[in-house]
Amino acid sequence: MAGVEIEKLVQLLAKLPGLGPRSARRAALTMLKRRDTIMIPLAEAIETAAQAVRNCTICGNLDTEEPCNICREPHRDSQIICVVEEVADLWALERSGAFRGRYHVLGGTLSPFQGVGPQDLSIDALVSRAREAQVTEVILALNATVEGQTTGHFIAEQLIDAEVKVTYLAHGVPMGGELDYLDDGTLTAALKARR
Amino acid sequence: MSVEWCESAIVLASRPHGESSVVATLLTANYGAHAGLVQAARGRKGGGIQPGNRVIARWRARLPEHLGSYTIEAESNGSAALMDEPLRLLALQSACSLVAVSAPEREPHPGLYEATSALIDTLPGPAWDAAYVAWEVGLLRLLGFGLDLERCAATGVNDMLTYVSPRTGRAISESASEPWRDRLLKLPGFLIGRGTAEPAEVLDGLLLTGHFLERVAFAATHSPLPAARTRFVDSYRRLVSTSAI
Repeated sequence: MAGVEIEKLVQLLAKLPGLGPRSARRAALTMLKRRDTIMIPLAEAIETAAQAVRNCTICGNLDTEEPCNICREPHRDSQIICVVEEVADLWALERSGAFRGRYHVLGGTLSPFQGVGPQDLSIDALVSRAREAQVTEVILALNATVEGQTTGHFIAEQLIDAEVKVTYLAHGVPMGGELDYLDDGTLTAALKARR
Repeated sequence: MSVEWCESAIVLASRPHGESSVVATLLTANYGAHAGLVQAARGRKGGGIQPGNRVIARWRARLPEHLGSYTIEAESNGSAALMDEPLRLLALQSACSLVAVSAPEREPHPGLYEATSALIDTLPGPAWDAAYVAWEVGLLRLLGFGLDLERCAATGVNDMLTYVSPRTGRAISESASEPWRDRLLKLPGFLIGRGTAEPAEVLDGLLLTGHFLERVAFAATHSPLPAARTRFVDSYRRLVSTSAI
């Protein structure tokens, strides 16, 4: 029906999160209709980003600068490192504006079923950072899943000799959450962490 | 025409499939380890699909041999109580990994389901580590590699059984073990109803079951023990060596 070029564009767009084949087709059509305002600037932006964006060698964040903006920011608290699984988690914490320390992106969690072991994650680099003199606390901001928490406990074990305080995010009732709708696991965790 | 069943299950594992779905492997009494697709299971709604959680699972497929899809309703969240307990959480992950990897798929396994369910209930309480070792002994038996801990393989008596032959899995008494003691596996007393399960004995039990799991159950598929099990034993060994339990 469509040319090879359009089909290839649709196929590539359909690989993006949130887009299926139909929505990818609509996106491709929109771009083709608005070449000057969307398609060409988008292609240029993609190419620029592909060339310029790198993982920060210190924290693992994505940025065009090396080290990244967060690592270079002088007003951030260098005593606290917040450990997250993915860059998306770092961005979520940054959106909240609640944390003004440094980050460390692990690149995933230990997963026996997907064959992800400690050597596949940025754990050694974290341990090295935690041993730096100015670091006093490492916050393990990992998902409240079995794999996330297992990874957290593993990291805590690796940090025993680093002489830093290791803390975890609290688990419990989300803001705006109604008790009636919560699962028993969340309620149990909330009750255990009551204050 | 389609096939469908509904029953209680234990979540053993899940792996991402596409953007929001997972392929979950569940343990059921009548269908053994059974995989299926769970749609929209990641993110906020995915909390229930964690290893060790109990669910009511409804499985549907067009043909019995298809992967099929699950509709899952949470029953109890066994993993939540262990989130702050590193060793117990590792034990849970280890048990789920062992079953997911070793249990034959889509075959009835009521015994394994009951035993695993009982283990999950035991993990938050005292003597969880001894229960875990006993569960692994049971797993070996269910897989067809049961240990013979009734009487000594050499003398036939059942007095002072303290070792196990690494080759046959049969118990050896203290007196008969003398010439080969360095080559035998230690038999912790709590496995034969003798004495309490001290951490060092539990570690002996883990090494005993680990040997046979690796040698017989997993050697058949040329696969190593699951990483979660290895990590659990390593962590337990570290804690025994620092006497921190």
